Amino acid sequence: MAQPPNTKSMGSVARQGLRRLPLNATILAPLVALILLFVVSSIASEYFLNTRNISNVMRQVSYTGIIAIGMTFVIIAGGIDLSVGSMVALVGVVILYIVNSISDPIQAVLLGLLAAIAAGGLLGLFNGLLVTRGRIAAFVVTLASMSIFRSLALYFTDAAVVSTPNPHFSSVGGGFLLGIPVPVIVFFGLAIIAHVLLFHTPYGRHVCAVGANPQVARYSGIRVERIVLSTFVIAGICVGLSAIMLTSRLNSVSPSDAGYFYELDAIAAVVIGGTALSGGRGSIWGTVIGALILGIINNMLNLTGVSPYLQGLVKGGVILLAVLLQYKRA
Amino acid sequence: MSEPILTLEGIGKAFGPVQVLNDISLSVMPGEVLGILGENGAGKSTLLKIISGIYTPTVGTIHLNGQIFSALDPITARFHGVAMIPQEFNLIPTLRVYENVFLGQEVRRHGFLDHAGMRKRTQELLSSLEVDLDPELPIERLSVAQKQMVEVARVLVNDARLLILDEPTTVLTDREVAVLFRVVRALVAKGVTILFISHKLKEVKDLCDRLLILRDGQQVELCETATLNEEDMARKMVGRELSQIYPEKLAQSTDNTPPALRVRGLSLKGKLKDINLEVRRGEVLGFAGLVGAGRTEIAETIMGLHRKEQGEIFIDGELVDLRSPNEAHAHGLAYLSEDRQGKGLILSFNVMQNITALSLKRYVRGFIKHRAERRQAEHYQQRLTIKASNLAAPVSLLSGGNQQKVYFSKLLDIEPDILILDEPTRGIDISAKQQIYRLIRDLTEQNKAVIVISSELEEVIGIADRVLVIREGQIAVELNGDDINEEQIMLYAAGARQHANREQVGN
Repeated sequence: MAQPPNTKSMGSVARQGLRRLPLNATILAPLVALILLFVVSSIASEYFLNTRNISNVMRQVSYTGIIAIGMTFVIIAGGIDLSVGSMVALVGVVILYIVNSISDPIQAVLLGLLAAIAAGGLLGLFNGLLVTRGRIAAFVVTLASMSIFRSLALYFTDAAVVSTPNPHFSSVGGGFLLGIPVPVIVFFGLAIIAHVLLFHTPYGRHVCAVGANPQVARYSGIRVERIVLSTFVIAGICVGLSAIMLTSRLNSVSPSDAGYFYELDAIAAVVIGGTALSGGRGSIWGTVIGALILGIINNMLNLTGVSPYLQGLVKGGVILLAVLLQYKRA
Repeated sequence: MSEPILTLEGIGKAFGPVQVLNDISLSVMPGEVLGILGENGAGKSTLLKIISGIYTPTVGTIHLNGQIFSALDPITARFHGVAMIPQEFNLIPTLRVYENVFLGQEVRRHGFLDHAGMRKRTQELLSSLEVDLDPELPIERLSVAQKQMVEVARVLVNDARLLILDEPTTVLTDREVAVLFRVVRALVAKGVTILFISHKLKEVKDLCDRLLILRDGQQVELCETATLNEEDMARKMVGRELSQIYPEKLAQSTDNTPPALRVRGLSLKGKLKDINLEVRRGEVLGFAGLVGAGRTEIAETIMGLHRKEQGEIFIDGELVDLRSPNEAHAHGLAYLSEDRQGKGLILSFNVMQNITALSLKRYVRGFIKHRAERRQAEHYQQRLTIKASNLAAPVSLLSGGNQQKVYFSKLLDIEPDILILDEPTRGIDISAKQQIYRLIRDLTEQNKAVIVISSELEEVIGIADRVLVIREGQIAVELNGDDINEEQIMLYAAGARQHANREQVGN
């Protein structure tokens, strides 16, 4: 009856086709920015396209990128997690203690990995319970736990760097698979899993619903608190994975430096990727692109010899620009 | 006698082609209380907005304070002493009483706030109203009634001479109403004129000197209150044929069918008391009553959204314990909230995602089958003629009527047996309304049980086979057959008629 006239021009067909792709306006802008940045970078510095350099950039990006993927879930559900950086340090300390306390080297590494994921999940659970059961704003809870986790890491180690003589440990995060650094493989593997979880399962749909309007979600029979809690656990597990990659790459952990300011890089990647800080919508690929953009900018500034003191300014400018563009679109 | 403070001559107002007010003429004296009665949509609030300067009348003149205006603006109206106390208070919860009273009109001394002076003046105003309230208390610690008194004090600072009270008693308890009335009488004694809008006929009768009754934008009656009894008032407010937008009702009574949903002795703390009801398959049960009477609470308590104090719920004769909307959905119940945008739809989600919000499980085989979701959305789009150019666009872009159809689809997609529809046609146009009424009948023809909650009398009467009138958290009466009319509903809803025990009327 009220069907629109059936005029299938080339344009509309093309538009229809685009709609089928997971690309939409939200992710298109950061993608274009990434491609532009890539082109500009390869022109600006001859070293940029060097395999070794690209491989290093990707590896650097992976540590915060893995965390940013977990952060995406928290932010879509309407929360925020400021504690992830400190959590990296605390989980890193836990990993090395476990690895060093078990004599069989293979067993030690395996248990260390499991412990990292368990510890990350538990710390996330701690944050999540305070937010849902304690009814404290996520910002406040994780601001406090940021301080608590860092403090615990420093106390357990007496602020000293912990390292391990285990011969196998460093091959986890320092190793290569098919010529690709392991952290990069973990990063992209995790991104695929997270994307499927967010867009192809009821769980992901519920996360978006809770972030968009918790009241409607409650009236629709969604267990709002459980969803919010679970996003913090996911963020914690991601921190666990990142801590494994980072500590095993360095074969040590510094309780004062590990994960320092990672929360800001992770949140920045999420925001640049087009996920709304107010919650309700977002995309994993956006976050991946956001993390890559940040990594390439960092690398470029180093390669072109820009003062390290100015790097923060550039990073901040990019974040502001991304958010400004988001608001323009909305 | 003194001059009238306000005189209206032939006031009319049209929005585009729609005439909402027609030829209103009246004058009010200082110290007079004029009651204004009318159904929803009769033109009461339009008239008030013209008097307070928010709307410009299309025709007619306004005499205010001896001056003649063809239109007022809010500042001029306020300057001449017109003040309005809205239904929703405009108070800042974190500020103190006296700070709110003087908000936007702060008293200064040497450029700084004169706290002591404002506190003292507030105290004087409150005691002149015989209200015992500490000017230092923050607003958030006050009761609704006390907040209302702060609003009154606020307009008195401006030396209001014509005070408009828009349904001030809906949110008050009986004792608080008594206090308010005392305050109103004190104001009247000072020569303040009151325009009093209410649905509660008894209050109007108690308080007002004269009455203006509006119906469909027309002035039906302007007379001394004493010349009318409550039944006359209700009759004059109504008196209109129902147009044929409602489908045929049930030909035969469903009395012999066992109830699909039975509620026994349901109570909710401070809201509901001893609610008993049943609804059978194939019938539409209407809930009528004033806003705030507890109709929505009954629905939400059945759905497990509130923890009930007492009571039992039976579905198809089986006792069930519903503690969450999930459990209610699993038992074949579905609830359409009156708050479409706040509790019904996720505005940033698209049509498909909203429709499958309750039924998502059915679209999952390992992963969500997006294509099946789209097919189902297209099915509803056709069945309910949802006008959406793109099913993947957020529902916030749709019109109210189309959003409502999406919301209906969301419920229908879990194939419920019992539907509770709270204000199912709120804020949608007449053709969409008609479609929704048709849909409701289709549902009962498919042997589903439907409860319709509505504040529009016409709607309850047009659609319901039986009507429960809810008043102050209790069921006042059950109406059947020919007794389902506006007069009866109004009398029970406003409390003009009461029974010690609920009874059945009709049939």
